Amino acid sequence: MSMRTPLGKVRGLGSAKSGTEHFWHQRMTAVANIPLLIFLVYFCVSMVGATRAEMADAIANPLVALMLVFTIISVTWHMRLGMQVIIEDYVHGEGSKLICLLGNTFFSLAVALTGLFAVLKISFGG
Amino acid sequence: MANSPMKERPLSPHLSIYKPMLTMMMSIVHRITGAGLYFGMALFVWWLFAAAHSQGYFDFVQGFIGSWFGRLVLLGFTWALIHHALGGLRHLLWDTGRGFDLVKIEWLARANIAASVALTLLIWIAAYVAR
Repeated sequence: MSMRTPLGKVRGLGSAKSGTEHFWHQRMTAVANIPLLIFLVYFCVSMVGATRAEMADAIANPLVALMLVFTIISVTWHMRLGMQVIIEDYVHGEGSKLICLLGNTFFSLAVALTGLFAVLKISFGG
Repeated sequence: MANSPMKERPLSPHLSIYKPMLTMMMSIVHRITGAGLYFGMALFVWWLFAAAHSQGYFDFVQGFIGSWFGRLVLLGFTWALIHHALGGLRHLLWDTGRGFDLVKIEWLARANIAASVALTLLIWIAAYVAR
């Protein structure tokens, strides 16, 4: 006989209060990152030493801008999940762990939104 | 478990007692490259932001990235990206339950290192030749 409440069974979540989303999102973004990283490496290498006009020209292409948007979203999502695991492995104090996890989310969001803003601004002609 | 009431419990053997092995080093490097890429992405976004900001600020950031040190950082960033991605592919393979026997696991680790270094060099050489 199970000791779990009916509500607990329905939610399917244990004492960790979360299910397999972390694992699934980590693998999902990992798969997405494979083609995106090829683009990212190409973009980085081709933009070394470029002028601002050349970089703006490249990002003005909607396909390049979209690929950058996809890359920034998938990568920052993936890196937030990865850093969360590192923090949970090495930071054991409840308070410091909470602060690190918050900082991780803020940092990842800041990277994502800064990148998206910059790409859209340049792409829209700014 | 800093708040545990039993502080004197015996601990399981940790890293220092094991002979370093390739697969173990690869696991550590996968985590280190992941953490490096975490900050590398901030650098990448800083670059984009500079281009969106102004000519003066872009010149400053592009000056840093175009310098020998900046190029070295970018070389490290691209290598870490490729190495971490290949390591990720190994993990996706392991997720299907394949590639765990000792011969394959060792072969995969070696192939990962060789491929990440070769691909990185190839990309940079191609970029310099194309210019």
